[in-house]
Amino acid sequence: MSDEKDIRKAAAEIAFGEDLHAEEQEAKGAGASVRSGRKTAAQDAVEKVMKARSKERPVVTEYIDNIIEDAMYLAGDRCFAEDESVAGGIGLFRGLPVTFIGHRKGRDLEENIRCRFGMPNPEGYRKAIRLMKQAEKFGRPVIAFVDTPGAYPGKEAEERGQGQAIAECIKTMSRLCVPVVTVFTGEGGSGGALAFASGDRLIMLENSIFSILSPEGFASILWHDGSRWQEAAKVMKLTARDIKDLGVCDEIIPEPEPEEMHEKRFFDTVADTIWRNLGPLLSKDEGELVRDRYLKLRKTGSKYGRN
Amino acid sequence: MNPFKERKNILDAIGKITRLTFSTDEKAADVMKTCPGCGEKYGTGELAAAKYVCPSCGQYISMTAYERVSQIADEGSFREFNKARTGYDPIDFPGYEKKIQKMRKDTGLKEAVVTGSCTIGGEKAVLCVMDKRFMMASMGTAVGEKVFLAFEYAVKKKLPIVIFTASGGARMQEGIMALMQMARTSAAAARHDEAGLLYIAVMTDPTTGGVTASFASLADITIAEKGALIGFAGQRVIEQTIGEELPEGFQRADFQLEKGFVDMVAGRPELKDTIARILFIHGRRRH
Repeated sequence: MSDEKDIRKAAAEIAFGEDLHAEEQEAKGAGASVRSGRKTAAQDAVEKVMKARSKERPVVTEYIDNIIEDAMYLAGDRCFAEDESVAGGIGLFRGLPVTFIGHRKGRDLEENIRCRFGMPNPEGYRKAIRLMKQAEKFGRPVIAFVDTPGAYPGKEAEERGQGQAIAECIKTMSRLCVPVVTVFTGEGGSGGALAFASGDRLIMLENSIFSILSPEGFASILWHDGSRWQEAAKVMKLTARDIKDLGVCDEIIPEPEPEEMHEKRFFDTVADTIWRNLGPLLSKDEGELVRDRYLKLRKTGSKYGRN
Repeated sequence: MNPFKERKNILDAIGKITRLTFSTDEKAADVMKTCPGCGEKYGTGELAAAKYVCPSCGQYISMTAYERVSQIADEGSFREFNKARTGYDPIDFPGYEKKIQKMRKDTGLKEAVVTGSCTIGGEKAVLCVMDKRFMMASMGTAVGEKVFLAFEYAVKKKLPIVIFTASGGARMQEGIMALMQMARTSAAAARHDEAGLLYIAVMTDPTTGGVTASFASLADITIAEKGALIGFAGQRVIEQTIGEELPEGFQRADFQLEKGFVDMVAGRPELKDTIARILFIHGRRRH
């Protein structure tokens, strides 16, 4: 395949060509600092991928338990099974009744395995759809947390319509008559992440990522070699900063040192940010809310940047 | 759009179709296609008459978007939308511009989907056809935009929409912006749905990844073309995950019918009649 060759060549340029280029410029004595600045950004992306996946970070349920008062977890998709990899339920957010959904990766190995490391089966998405529709019925805003490598690529997931479940989830969220605020807490890979991210506001933690596919998957598809994920991370533009520059992320929450991320002060910052983003949405009526969300999506990725 | 330009586009589109439908022997000789099943060679005219099913072995031969349009739309009825619409290179992916240029040259298409309005068996409809020759019909900003605009046009004109899906998924080279097209097209499909309008998806080989996980799975009536591969995750990835080989026929049209994700499996020769019949029934409902 000639495409493959092109991409391999391009990748080689990224991997090795940059240094050559930098030397060249150093020789010229100009622009070297710009070049090294850019190199740092690429290296930064690799570090951010590792940070986003770090076991030191709080898991989604920790955010839920610290931000939502009296969080009550609800189970099941009413079709097939309960999927623990999607945590969902109801509670009070600063006195306001809300519905929450999010990816559950698990805190220990046993839970990790039960949750397939935060990779939902179709049941997980169908449970989220059920809870979102319930939120709509009772006029509760939805707060969604994203931390997933992607949807689970299993045989049974396919048999039970993984694609259809994600499509319905995106569709439901994009047309929901109540406010939807999404927070990326760790990694957000592919349609599995997007399923919870087509709402009104998209907030990302400083070291969280949002990508079309996991860097491993990306490298595997384009270069047939998943081990080249670092090269992939460098070109994918997946850091919170990149996503904000592309106009997809609305706000970035700065992170303290990793150990301080488990402290109440940090959870308060996250809660403040959600509250601040939720406020203006609460004053909109249903029609306005859905229309504005549609107009926001209408603009996304259109090079003409209409509206 | 400038009315003259639009007229020109329309004329171009009609010209294209006419050429495909009545290709002379000389033209057809230029674009001989080989059947992947038996190796037999056919001219385009001959193949069009056989509905792109190999006359000697019955194998389906892949069609270009315009060939599909000429098979489905009533003769001369197709008016193409946004023919020149292109996407962009949102993440400055190395080598992407060059690759796109090459694709355009090889396929004669600007992007991986052809959209327009037409009549099918006399019923008006919006028609979108994805063309897998163009980077596996992966969905980037251009495909997303064209499908989105086709839905919007259908809503505005209160028309049903028929989409022939085929895709390797979201286009990696456009990064997160390609992923966001899943949200855009799904929202557009939802709005069309809320307007009480009919959406027919015809899933052709292969419909996978981000396209399956967005607009392709949101139709009122879903038809799978015989033998088509339809799924979310790629087979290689699934096999790596579960550590075993997948059974024969996994993710194929009949599998999806058995699992309840498509309404019917249709052979290529009956597709047009099937679509026309569905459109006819919906056109005759009480308002």
